[in-house]
Amino acid sequence: MIDDIRRIQAEAANQIAGAASLDELATLERDLVGKGSELTGFKKQMGSLDHEARREVGAALNRAREVLAAAVAERREVLEGQAAAERATAERLDLTEVRAGRDAGHLHLVTQAIEELEDVFVGLGFTVSEGPEVEDDWHNFTALNFGTYHPARDMQDTFFVALGEPKEVVMRTHTSPVQVRTMEERQPPIYSVMPGRVYRNEATDATHLAVFHQIEGLVIDRGITFGHLAGTIDRFTKAYFGEGFSSRLRPSYFPFTEPSAEFDIQRPDGTWLELGGCGMVHPNVLRNGGIDPEEFSGFAFGFGIDRLVATRHGVTDLRELTGTDVRFLEQF
Amino acid sequence: MKVLSSWLHEFLDSPVAPEAIAAAFDDLGTPVEEETRLGEGLDGIEVAQVLALEPHPNADKIQLVQVDRGDGEALQICCGAFNMAVGDKVPLATLGTVMPGGMEIARRKMRGEWSNGMLCSARELGLGDDHAGILVLDPALELGAPIADALAIEPDVLWELEVNPNRPDAMSIMGLARDVAAKVGVGFRIPAWTRAVGTAPADVVWGTEGGGGRSAAPDGSGGEFAVDIVDPNGCGRFVARVLRGLDPSASSPAWMQRRLTALGMRPISAMVDISNYVMLETGQPNHPYDLAKVAQQTLRVRRAVDGETLVTLDDVERKLTVEDLLICDGDDRAVGLAGIMGGAECEIGPSTSDVLLEMAWFDPTSISRSSRRVGLRSEASARFEKGADPGVVDLAADRFCQLAAEICGTTTEPVQVDVVGTLPPRPPVLVRTARVNALLGTDLSRDQMAGLLDAIGFASVVDGDDLSVAVPTWRYDSATEIDVVEEVARHHGYDNIPRRDLTEPRAGRLTDRQLSRRGLRRLLCGLGLAEVLPLPFLAPGQLAASGLDPDGIELVNPLVADESILRTALLPGLVGAVAHNHARRQFGVALWEIGHVFLPPPSGQLLPDEQEHLAVVLAGQEAPAAVEVWQIVARQLRLADVTVENAELPGLHPTRGARALVGGQPVGIVGEIDPQVLARHDVTERVAYLEIDLDAAWAAPRLSDEYRQISRFPSSDIDLAFEVPDAVSASAVESTLRTADDLVWSVKLFDTYRGAPVAEGARSLAYAVRLQAVDRTLTDAEVAEARGRMIDAVTAAHGATLRG
Repeated sequence: MIDDIRRIQAEAANQIAGAASLDELATLERDLVGKGSELTGFKKQMGSLDHEARREVGAALNRAREVLAAAVAERREVLEGQAAAERATAERLDLTEVRAGRDAGHLHLVTQAIEELEDVFVGLGFTVSEGPEVEDDWHNFTALNFGTYHPARDMQDTFFVALGEPKEVVMRTHTSPVQVRTMEERQPPIYSVMPGRVYRNEATDATHLAVFHQIEGLVIDRGITFGHLAGTIDRFTKAYFGEGFSSRLRPSYFPFTEPSAEFDIQRPDGTWLELGGCGMVHPNVLRNGGIDPEEFSGFAFGFGIDRLVATRHGVTDLRELTGTDVRFLEQF
Repeated sequence: MKVLSSWLHEFLDSPVAPEAIAAAFDDLGTPVEEETRLGEGLDGIEVAQVLALEPHPNADKIQLVQVDRGDGEALQICCGAFNMAVGDKVPLATLGTVMPGGMEIARRKMRGEWSNGMLCSARELGLGDDHAGILVLDPALELGAPIADALAIEPDVLWELEVNPNRPDAMSIMGLARDVAAKVGVGFRIPAWTRAVGTAPADVVWGTEGGGGRSAAPDGSGGEFAVDIVDPNGCGRFVARVLRGLDPSASSPAWMQRRLTALGMRPISAMVDISNYVMLETGQPNHPYDLAKVAQQTLRVRRAVDGETLVTLDDVERKLTVEDLLICDGDDRAVGLAGIMGGAECEIGPSTSDVLLEMAWFDPTSISRSSRRVGLRSEASARFEKGADPGVVDLAADRFCQLAAEICGTTTEPVQVDVVGTLPPRPPVLVRTARVNALLGTDLSRDQMAGLLDAIGFASVVDGDDLSVAVPTWRYDSATEIDVVEEVARHHGYDNIPRRDLTEPRAGRLTDRQLSRRGLRRLLCGLGLAEVLPLPFLAPGQLAASGLDPDGIELVNPLVADESILRTALLPGLVGAVAHNHARRQFGVALWEIGHVFLPPPSGQLLPDEQEHLAVVLAGQEAPAAVEVWQIVARQLRLADVTVENAELPGLHPTRGARALVGGQPVGIVGEIDPQVLARHDVTERVAYLEIDLDAAWAAPRLSDEYRQISRFPSSDIDLAFEVPDAVSASAVESTLRTADDLVWSVKLFDTYRGAPVAEGARSLAYAVRLQAVDRTLTDAEVAEARGRMIDAVTAAHGATLRG
């Protein structure tokens, strides 16, 4: 019986080693070592054997099972490897052959800059305020200390809107009316920046836009000084442009601030960039906003965004920014 | 305002280096826009004489000029100017000369002819802006003389300064000198000007009461002239003098002409040049009249009558209104537009022998209104508008009379008329030392402040810890404490104010709306779309061309007619964007915009109904693509009960458009752009479109952010297909399914089908429904029951039938 077992084991091992496919191997495994196999049949005959013979036959059967199971596993591994390789060959793709499909989408350069600036100021403890683009004379001019015949009104060429009395409604010429609205809405402390679109009735060319963007900052609290203004401008300069940049303030004039200043940014190479205007909020403006100038003081600052963006990215014609050509939009 | 270093130095008691002056201008708020070094780079430029002029054989824009530089030999120069004649003396840059711009003059051929030097224009010599022709020199100059010696040109520096509206004092050499002297720490002095050569001054002043009044020289005084201020509010002060014996052949000296030219004024005649020189030097505009032409030798200041006309010196007839202030003669005939421009009739001419001089102070607001209305700005009006100095009138008159005596040989009548109208009150300003330091963040003492102010003429008197400050007459802009604070800061130096950090702890953050907007931007970019920011101005007819209501709010004064209407929707701009790209064979563009639109004001309000909209445009795609974007946007905004309702809408395809609804309320439109609109824009692709009113969307009900428990038990998934009439929207069916049974967890449309065996006018809609209970596995009976309820609900509500 043991000889039979050994013969069957050897034949079976040969068959397994010769299996040509995983399916064939599965069939052989079932037929040669499964429940209905010849080897399993020997197990049933073992009952008729004496103890010693039963032990020997049992051991031979176990060994045969182990050997054949190992042979199946070995053959399976080989066949699986072959199958995987065949499949890999059949499924081969050239991943450099991909056709242009979806795009990642593009945030406009101006929006990118506004978000970046907002983030810098939020980091410095500011909130962000907004207001309408069509304004009344009060918020755009009068409350900001522009008298009716104030020569400074000439500094800002205004688009007038055909609503209300003549010259009563305007496209806002700056983001400063949001200062007034913010003061009208709440009492100090106010620490806020106001980005947005503004309008000037000026001929458009490569370096001038009639519709552009500004960001404005307003701080009103007890004990705010010109020193705080200079310090804040410098904090912002380093946070937005980089540690190697510095700032300076030079006297200037705006109706809504006094003392007023221009602020310039010095690049690490020593050159200067004229950035914007700032100053201590004029007492008349505080009063017009419902705030007592004897109790509170504050400063404001503002600058244009579009030119800054154009300089940063080397855009030589500002009109690209209001254009809709995807060859421009998809670059950023 | 332009200023010359040499002229400035006439008011300084010691010399100051140009670099220090330029730095002071920058630090004082009158920054240098341009600096020009004059009289430098003139070495090698000589006086030469034109011997002959010949056409260039090969060029008609160049001629051949033979010149003599003093050695008697003809030297050939090619020259592009044609303004000189044989015999003229001209400046010649000889070979080897390095011009002020850095160009070296070399012998070279121009179109085949040798040029042995260059003839120079006034601008090339730094003597003015004139570049139209070669500078023709005084015939008396010696040939071959260096031009700097011949013209007595001294090295000088010319600065062009930016002057803000709050610095009337910076509109004169004298005022700038005062400010600079204080900053750099040298003395400011006014030269001793004698008011008239050979005449003893003996002022007679009448009628100085506020409100004006008629004044006349008394008989026998020698001066029969008068001033009458009819409108004292418009004219605060009027000084008149008479200068007699004008030499009609006199011309202004070269030094004066050079200074005027450098500062941008053209020399015209001795009287006009003196008038301009005094204005530039003292900041006081003034006007000389031919006394013989002024009826009754009287000047009256009054408001114009509506419809009155005046021919001004520029030969333009001006139609006037009551807003304009006039200078009239004794017959009440207008002879000048006060403070803006004189009239032609009383102009100084070759026959003039006696001059009536006006030195006045006009109300800034009045001048500003009038000059705007008339559309005439002059050097005089620019100064009156900012606020001239009523205190400098006498000094300026003295200077005028002195120069006129020197140059034109006049003598001044020993009397003058000085009438005062309404001048702005100048009460002393209380300046609190503590307040100044509290606003600036400085630690200046009261006396330090007084020192800074005193140097610029703000005289102060100590008042306890504080100062009572008299604001000088040349600072019309300054009237309150804060104005004086600015002067302290300016002269202390902005750089000397210590910088401080804001120290109060504050939480900076974006609002929910701002965060939501940012989320939308990221989402739209994630969908592969590019943001555009087109102009919000539209051309007339553009709204109609986009299929929208043609009426939009108009601009009163647009830059161009094509940008005169405020957009009422983002659609026209985005259709324009697609068309722009389409025309450049850039098809299939996918763009978005978030921006403001402007609808008519709600009743009772002044300002427009300004809304923030979001729009998406997908060229080359059909309506469902836009609906999908709407669903994603709505999900991002966490809107509750989001549906679309098929509808015929302006601007959209008549049968491929829908309202976007939240809670049954419209918040926008979605679909495809009307093919007629696309045809008008030459767009041949289909274009899917979505526009949402974000203000409405942000105000709409949101999905609960409360956790909805996930079941740990298996779900039961069933598919239901219905034949539904085309008139019933799929979203309505979906909504019915969703609410038919509490066990419904989700409903998704996964297939639509039109055609046999489905009846004409209907389609098959197949939904995957997931049923789920939180606390148990559903029994077959429960699932069957729920299924039945859903089928009943859909068939009952929509006239649909279940498909086998």
